[in-house]
Amino acid sequence: MRRKLTALVASLLLAAPLLTSGGAALAQNGPLRIEITDGVIEPLPYAVPGFLAETPAAADLANQITRVVAADLNGTGLFREVPATAHISTVSDFNAPVKFADWKAVNAQALITGAVSVNGKQLTVRFRGYDVFADKELGAGLQFSGTTDGWRRMAHKVADAIYSRITGESGYFDSRVVFVSETGPKNDRRKRLAIMDYDGAEVQYLTNSAALVLAPRFSPTGDRVLYTSYESGFPQIHVLDVGKVQRRVLSADKGIMSFAPRFAPDGKMVVYSQAEGGNTDLYTMDIATGSRTRLTNAPSIETAPSYSPDGSQIVFESDRSGSPQLYVMAASGGEARRISFGKGRYGTPVWSPRGDLIAFTKQNKGRFHIGVMRVDGSEERLLTASFLDEGPTWSPNGRVIMFTRETQGANGRALLYSVDILGRNLKPVRTPDGASDPAWSPLQQ
Amino acid sequence: MSGFKKAFVLVAALGLAACSNTSWNDAGAGNAGGSGIAGSNLDPASPAYFQEAIGDRVLFLIDQSTLNPEAEAILQGQARWLASNSDYVVTIQGHADEQGTREYNLALGARRANSAREYLISQGVAGSRIQVVSYGKERPLEICSAESCYAKNRRAVTVLAGGLTG
Repeated sequence: MRRKLTALVASLLLAAPLLTSGGAALAQNGPLRIEITDGVIEPLPYAVPGFLAETPAAADLANQITRVVAADLNGTGLFREVPATAHISTVSDFNAPVKFADWKAVNAQALITGAVSVNGKQLTVRFRGYDVFADKELGAGLQFSGTTDGWRRMAHKVADAIYSRITGESGYFDSRVVFVSETGPKNDRRKRLAIMDYDGAEVQYLTNSAALVLAPRFSPTGDRVLYTSYESGFPQIHVLDVGKVQRRVLSADKGIMSFAPRFAPDGKMVVYSQAEGGNTDLYTMDIATGSRTRLTNAPSIETAPSYSPDGSQIVFESDRSGSPQLYVMAASGGEARRISFGKGRYGTPVWSPRGDLIAFTKQNKGRFHIGVMRVDGSEERLLTASFLDEGPTWSPNGRVIMFTRETQGANGRALLYSVDILGRNLKPVRTPDGASDPAWSPLQQ
Repeated sequence: MSGFKKAFVLVAALGLAACSNTSWNDAGAGNAGGSGIAGSNLDPASPAYFQEAIGDRVLFLIDQSTLNPEAEAILQGQARWLASNSDYVVTIQGHADEQGTREYNLALGARRANSAREYLISQGVAGSRIQVVSYGKERPLEICSAESCYAKNRRAVTVLAGGLTG
């Protein structure tokens, strides 16, 4: 079911002859770089003239790939595309020297050129990035090869490479999101699992809507998804192989409710909540053996656990203080320390892939927020506010958060939104129907 | 109408609910407010009587799972009915309003369902006859985003099953 990129290969292009007429000035130019800081960021202007079609069959794909690359970069809020109508230079030969002056004249600080060829089902994409004002190439050119049905992934990989070279951070475009697709009225909502590219393209459904499903979570490599299903009549944790769309129940004890699962970074253990006798505590389970360990044992609610990237700690939500707050404990259980101390109620903490921040849902004075804090609870920053925002998930590079936003009232509807961790670039993520509970995959290999 | 026939209809409706996620039991009158037994012309041994005359649900305050006297009175009625209709088993569905995260509300619904279960047990109903399930905020009965709706959504609903020999 997963789109095959059997031979998605990145290879360095042979160095093309570059005429750097102003070579002497190079040393005085610092590298082209967007530093992502708290200050106001002026998006970096760049140009991406249509990738050249090197074979007749490549014309359509060349254009589509160019537009996906641009959409990826523009969508970050860090880049601003100089529109083609403003270009005074064209690129008609991928290997010919770039006329830097013409791109300086339209104030494009970066330039991306590309060439696409199609032979049968084989697709090859080559691209180069340029630092226009330094008159030089931004790293070496790259080539991706694969099959034509993987063209979107190749476009995302081009954009990831450009993003990475200019920001100094890894990208997040060649990634997927698993989520709950929602249809039907509020009092008869039908939910099914779906998966799509991070930008909302290529939606596929993984379950039908016969049973209520909640909160899917990717494995560390993106090959499996944990989720909660009411297939048996009780909420129980299932694991689904994304490639084969095969699923099985992990916790099948009759009448015992289990939910809120997440993988450990090793992909072998699962931490989750189990409710027995009205009391919800945290457990871990070894997926292979099914053996379980109880991590908490308190009359309070303990739920929404999430591992630190090194697997040594777990952040979770508990109302042991009287209201839901965030706590951190060792992955083996034991004493927990509270990290949330602001006004309001805190829930659904998620450790960032970089390990430095925890995203959370906060409820205060009738409003919901998505926020981030350091792992010791300091420097809390609220990124959003609405009637109901919840369930943050991190982009693979820890730069962007996707979440559920639900509107109020009888016609209330859930949709996915994304925002960067500085609270900028808030925008909806397009989905065919209502959508909730997004989980972002790691970068695909 | 014989008890058998009514029970068959009930089971069929439960089967439908399982397939379609339609919470049929929520669509009923669900007398949470008063006893309503006086004047009812329903068969006292019927599930409809249980739902409408006795009341199949109890309500909770925001973020609470404790039973108020009114809720206890309804559960006492349920326990008496279950004592005289001993072939029925029940599943108590715990629900929350939409104010809260999905995970917390699942846990809160479990608390509420269990609270009703414990009370029924204290009134003599065998624990083996009572299952609990939480739907969190996934199955609202009322859909407005106001306390008037939230108050009805914070509920534990006792759903009958079985009764084939009745």
